[in-house]
Amino acid sequence: MAAAEPAAGPLTPRPARVLGRRRETRDSTTIWLEPIGAPWLPGQFNMLYAFGAGEVPISISGDPARPDRLVHTVRSVGLASAALCRLRRGQYAGVRGPFGSTWPLVEARGRDVLVVAGGLGLAPLRPVVYELCRHRRDYGRVALLYGARTPPDLLFTRELERWRSRIDVMVTVDSAAPGWTGDVGVVGSLLSRAAFDPAGAVAMVCGPEVMMRFALADLRELGVPEPATWISMERNMHCAVGLCGHCQLGPAFVCRDGPVFRADAVAWALRVREV
Amino acid sequence: MLTVADAVAGFRVFDGLPRRYQDLIAGCARFVRFDAGVAIFLEGQPADRFYVLRQGRVTLEVFSPERGRIVVQTLRSGDALGWSWLFPPYRWHLDAFAREPVAAVAFDGACLRGKSHADPELGYELMGRFGQLMLARLQATRLQLLDVYAHGSR
Repeated sequence: MAAAEPAAGPLTPRPARVLGRRRETRDSTTIWLEPIGAPWLPGQFNMLYAFGAGEVPISISGDPARPDRLVHTVRSVGLASAALCRLRRGQYAGVRGPFGSTWPLVEARGRDVLVVAGGLGLAPLRPVVYELCRHRRDYGRVALLYGARTPPDLLFTRELERWRSRIDVMVTVDSAAPGWTGDVGVVGSLLSRAAFDPAGAVAMVCGPEVMMRFALADLRELGVPEPATWISMERNMHCAVGLCGHCQLGPAFVCRDGPVFRADAVAWALRVREV
Repeated sequence: MLTVADAVAGFRVFDGLPRRYQDLIAGCARFVRFDAGVAIFLEGQPADRFYVLRQGRVTLEVFSPERGRIVVQTLRSGDALGWSWLFPPYRWHLDAFAREPVAAVAFDGACLRGKSHADPELGYELMGRFGQLMLARLQATRLQLLDVYAHGSR
């Protein structure tokens, strides 16, 4: 009788075959993996292991209604992420997860929703947008405000167009070459154009920390209370289960207690140097 | 029918201003329209007015012989366009083009400056409001200069 294989623990990557890939921008690639592990929820992340290169935390960017594939959008910024971006169909990546907290889709029901994304920050929010579009009647007014560096850096451009039929989509870039017919300006400038009830709205924000700091200030100024705002934090995550302490942020571990936090719990960290 | 005074009272930039001042300001204002593609003003031309947009998009641009028209900011309904009318030598620093059919209210700069001299409290209010506008644009420009999306994994 063959010995039963020991169950893989949360620290053991399991191999997942690459089902497909798409180059999104000059430095970002979406990869589809065969589904591994437990069901996931919008906001959660996996630790993806590029064999021989290293392991990195990557938010899940796929459609929660498509359990047949595990989708991540990766920006090539280091050895491991570059190796993940180079993966081809049929090759394997190691997967641990899903880990972490989720976007407040339940709390947002019946309320106006602002989804504020900057750069690759749209990837962790894409599952939220899928859900908001799918269950459109469960929510009030919904606006996606998305800012990127330049037009070629915009992610998911075809989907942005599709989403316009279901929700209010506003896109801006920090700078553009001649010929760009869309908006130029910072993502915060879109907030004053969105239709929402500040006192009752829920905001979900994801992007570089500086962008999130400015967006939180803009939201506060418009009257959206900080306890109604959620942000997704990023730190140096290694174990992903709150053991190693690399991602400690004051009393919290970003991997275990985050990455999605209510803004009033972590906004202080955006203003502290070297935290 | 919407009057200029009604439109002025509804603009964000004049929010909370006493009605008598809104009426004074409306006395220097009129409705205007621009077709798509039209230059609303060009760099170096006399800045004798400003606008608040009611409909349509306007781009603020710099022309570069090497790169052509470079858009630095897009403005939309509710946004104020132009502050060069407030400061000597009253010349535009940028180009502004209607990207689509634009409806706006135009405010006569000399008229408003005259009323501000006559009533410094109105001038103080206007300076404060345009100061806020300039501060917001300066902060936005700084954020653009930071190039926050260029580095890191997001």
